[in-house]
Amino acid sequence: MRYTLLLHYPEMDAASLGEEAMAEGQRAFSSYATALHQAKVLISAEVLQPSSNTTTLTKAGGTLRVQDGPFADTKEQLGGTFVIDVADLDAAIEWAGKAPSVEWGAVEIRPGATYTVDGAWTPNA
Amino acid sequence: MDAERLTHAEARAAAEHAARASYGHLVALLAASTGDLSLAEDALSDAFEQALLSWPSGGVPANPEGWLLTVARNRQRDTWKSASRRTSLPLEEADGNGGTAMSALDELDVDAIGDKRLELLFTCAHPAIDPAIRTPLMLQAVLGFDAARIASAFAVPAAAMAQRLVRAKKRIKAARIPFAVPGRDAMPGRLPAVLEAVYGCYALAFLDAPEGQGGDMAAEALYLAVTLAALLDSEPEAWGLAALIALSQARAPARRGPFVPLEEQDTALWDSRLMEEGASLLRRASAGGATGRFQLEAAIQAVHCERARTHATDWAALRTLYAALVAVAPSLGARVALAAVIGRAESPAAGLAELDALAVRDDPAGAAAVEHFQPFLATRAELLARAGRRREAAEAYNAAAGATPQPAVRTYLLQRAAELGP
Repeated sequence: MRYTLLLHYPEMDAASLGEEAMAEGQRAFSSYATALHQAKVLISAEVLQPSSNTTTLTKAGGTLRVQDGPFADTKEQLGGTFVIDVADLDAAIEWAGKAPSVEWGAVEIRPGATYTVDGAWTPNA
Repeated sequence: MDAERLTHAEARAAAEHAARASYGHLVALLAASTGDLSLAEDALSDAFEQALLSWPSGGVPANPEGWLLTVARNRQRDTWKSASRRTSLPLEEADGNGGTAMSALDELDVDAIGDKRLELLFTCAHPAIDPAIRTPLMLQAVLGFDAARIASAFAVPAAAMAQRLVRAKKRIKAARIPFAVPGRDAMPGRLPAVLEAVYGCYALAFLDAPEGQGGDMAAEALYLAVTLAALLDSEPEAWGLAALIALSQARAPARRGPFVPLEEQDTALWDSRLMEEGASLLRRASAGGATGRFQLEAAIQAVHCERARTHATDWAALRTLYAALVAVAPSLGARVALAAVIGRAESPAAGLAELDALAVRDDPAGAAAVEHFQPFLATRAELLARAGRRREAAEAYNAAAGATPQPAVRTYLLQRAAELGP
């Protein structure tokens, strides 16, 4: 069963966080990804750029609108995603609990519905 | 059994007996491989219907549980086949999925495997399930209560309860919440919800019984609690809960017929075997160290049971235990009980002062909550009567009767009001 771990946390840049803490965080994420890969459960991972670099599209009243900024302007933002393939929710919870960002934000575990293999939709199972 | 003579009523009785004894176990077996509780329950209910149709003419099978499992499993298989046609999945794939689960079930000897209700209990109490729906979910999936009965026990509309149960079951399937007993690390976080739900089964069985007896469902709750405690072995609160249920249930015979308050019950009616069992379960709990809510409640029951031996209620011991209970697990019920005990250990006026403090403690909502809380009203009435405030006591007894769902208790309270009345 595929689960996507959605990592939400307050955005910090290198300046406010400090070079050392930033490097520490990067090391933690690197070893987390290695652990997932070695357990053969990692499908993919993305660490996202800050929401200040994001662009949101909406279509209200038939007009496409391109806007500067994130979909929801909140203190915590989606900072990264991990797609993992594990047996059940308990296994997903265990991996989510090891994500470094659980120390400073929330990790949302969303079961997948379908995904593509070579461009063809495949049900999650 | 003579198949020729088996009436519809006898077949129904046999099917109902099988249903009581093995409902949760069969649901757990049917649902574990697919995660689909609703489908398991539907399949099992079809199997029970089939039993009612075929047992009167064919006789009750030697292994009713195995028979029900086979029929239910076939229903499940039929549903999967039609579902795979509908979604036009390749048949091999559907078979690969359902087929494996099915053949695992084919091999199954119902009697040889352990009690699967525990796995089901932990599924229902999973942290990913809304805490408010965990107990209702267990009552339905494990013990087979229908949504309407659960709804009335929880004082919510039946349709709303049914909808919430369906939503919870969809979530179990969609998020793939496993059917498994958690490991040691996860246990402390997972156990309280299970204990709470087993206790909920007992409370509901109690309310539901026509003569305050509890009957089969209370026995079922005790069985579940003892099994849970034995399986977990070193969880003091699990033993505490089992002790609490055993000691409460020991007094069930005295609850038959007209309502008699606990301290006026004839102790000769109490079940001495259950009292001994409860005492030994409580010793097992105390051996574990940490004292939790259920152990304290069991200890309170044990003090009441002691009256069978000493012919007097130890109010001072009860006061200590209730004070500890309020500290560990503050609830309105525990606070009202502490006030009642203070009313006896000290004076009616002291107990009434405690009750009055409760009514203002959590202002408007709190005051409104106690106004409709039967134990608060009944305790207040009794303390007023003991304080010699007859007119107020009569009014309070009438108010308590109005807030009581159990007919026997209502009759008793109205009788008390009449004795004191103008």
